[in-house]
Amino acid sequence: MDVPLIFERSRAGRRGVVLPPPENGWVNPEAWLPPELVRTAPLGLPEVSEQDVVRHYTQLSTLNYGVDTGFYPLGSCTMKYNPKVNDWAAGLAGFADLHPLQPEETVQGVLTLLAELEGGLAEIAGMDAVTLQPAAGAHGELTGILMIKAYLAARGDPRTTVLVPDSAHGTNPATATMAGFQVREVPSNARGGVDVGALRHALGPDTAALMLTNPNTLGLFEEDILEIADLVHAAGGLLYYDGANANAILGRVRPGDMGFDVVHLNLHKTFSTPHGGGGPGSGPVGVKAPLAPFLPGPRLVKQNGGWGWNYRLPQSIGKVRSYYGNVGVLVRAYAYLRAQGAAGLREVADMAVLNANYLLARLGPQYQTAIARRPVKHEFVISAVPQKHRGARALDIAKRLIDYGYYPPTVYFPLVVEEAMMVEPTETESKETLDRFADAMLAIDREIDASPELLAEAPHGTVVSRMDEARAARQPRLVWETSPRPGEARGNQGGH
Amino acid sequence: MNIPEDLQYTREHEWLGKDGRIGITDYAQEALGDVVYVELPEVGRVLKPGDIFGVVESVKSASDLYSPTGGTVIRVNPALADHPELVNQDPYGSGWIMELAEPAGGDLMDAAAYRRQVGA
Repeated sequence: MDVPLIFERSRAGRRGVVLPPPENGWVNPEAWLPPELVRTAPLGLPEVSEQDVVRHYTQLSTLNYGVDTGFYPLGSCTMKYNPKVNDWAAGLAGFADLHPLQPEETVQGVLTLLAELEGGLAEIAGMDAVTLQPAAGAHGELTGILMIKAYLAARGDPRTTVLVPDSAHGTNPATATMAGFQVREVPSNARGGVDVGALRHALGPDTAALMLTNPNTLGLFEEDILEIADLVHAAGGLLYYDGANANAILGRVRPGDMGFDVVHLNLHKTFSTPHGGGGPGSGPVGVKAPLAPFLPGPRLVKQNGGWGWNYRLPQSIGKVRSYYGNVGVLVRAYAYLRAQGAAGLREVADMAVLNANYLLARLGPQYQTAIARRPVKHEFVISAVPQKHRGARALDIAKRLIDYGYYPPTVYFPLVVEEAMMVEPTETESKETLDRFADAMLAIDREIDASPELLAEAPHGTVVSRMDEARAARQPRLVWETSPRPGEARGNQGGH
Repeated sequence: MNIPEDLQYTREHEWLGKDGRIGITDYAQEALGDVVYVELPEVGRVLKPGDIFGVVESVKSASDLYSPTGGTVIRVNPALADHPELVNQDPYGSGWIMELAEPAGGDLMDAAAYRRQVGA
């Protein structure tokens, strides 16, 4: 049941809207433009009716899969259900219809909300000050690392190297490189945490920072975090907390209390903004007091009895986002914080961890984590090596899960685990959903021996079945190419 | 798994031939999955043992390539630009990556030691 492209629905001369001719007649572009700027080839746009367009895109939208349609255990992404009341709050005219250039005295409501959100996130992270500007997690990372760089420079102690564990998100080394640092990798130990001996060896007078995710990408809590923090600080470096996995620790432990100096949080993961479609996201960054002068400007300050923006920040790294961040996402986060309260946030973390451990227990002994049995936090990483030996790779299992109606887990990440399948159920799923998913995984495990072709050819019920990922990457066709015949759109089979 | 006796190997899964040719091992290509792009070094570049000389990208990941030995790059495999899959199909033959003149130094293993490392 292939779905045609909008170009393939095109018929010469068909129109959605027929516009009247211009009052003063058509302009001949050749009379006004130099010849090299006048297009001679056909535009190649689809010629379709309004109904063609509506049906085409409505049909495509029904092929979407999201948290609102089903279970989405995409590890590391925290695809949890986001209460609709927070969307409602963000859509209120008092927030949605504002212009960022309005005089401050006319927007005291939203400024108060932003100030309170800064305070709430600081409390959750154990930080002293927060910027809401960064528009995504990796943007928050870059903001945080640039602040560390500015702080060290101001201290007269410029340093060259940022350490990242081998289990880190790829954005960590990318961020450090982007900020002008050398990246040095720190290996994991047999329990899945940072190898403290290797860290000690890697630390030195050139160490600017260690970037750490805790719990890490294996879903495991860094047991040695206090020792790690002491070692990094003793070497004169700073500790950066990647908040990708904050869902696991809300209200239970604070990065600031673990010894971290800079923290980013992903509001689009942990704090109730739907994500996965390319944004907008939000990655606020919190810092301990010594780094506060380096926060991006402007900063919210209380002045003349109300809130206003302070632009006089001599040590600030400068603006990192137009205006004040993705305010709609910030409103959702604030609404979510107030709805949950301290006790509710703690329950979020408790249920996220309980759900992950329950699901992992249900999957055993067929599926095992790579690290010797340790309780996990909010997610876990299966190593499908035993399944691979029986003929099915992690990719095959993931594709087969689509036939069972589930979005597959993250596969082949983190890189330190062979045949990795990274599962994050989140706190918003019921026991019944977890049981059905576990039953599907166990059924697939039996299929590996009973009917291996079911896995090799999966998925079966989708518009596009198994993709040739290698060919798609080696010879990508990224644009629709039309034939020279005007008015008739046809695909060019030979394109790269 | 194919681990030819006449080559030397690194901990990071590169191989070095007696003629100075360098590539990645059968184990490495299997672990990476389908290779979609190989970033090659410039001819004339002088490498020390352990220097990063390129990147191999697969459908799963991107991995740095570490020079097994020191020397000057005198040749790179021109076929890889259009056919990165050669690294999967023939890692010790037509999927070679670069060639160094007068290779010297490096922390290298023989086939038996490398076989032990990968548990083959």
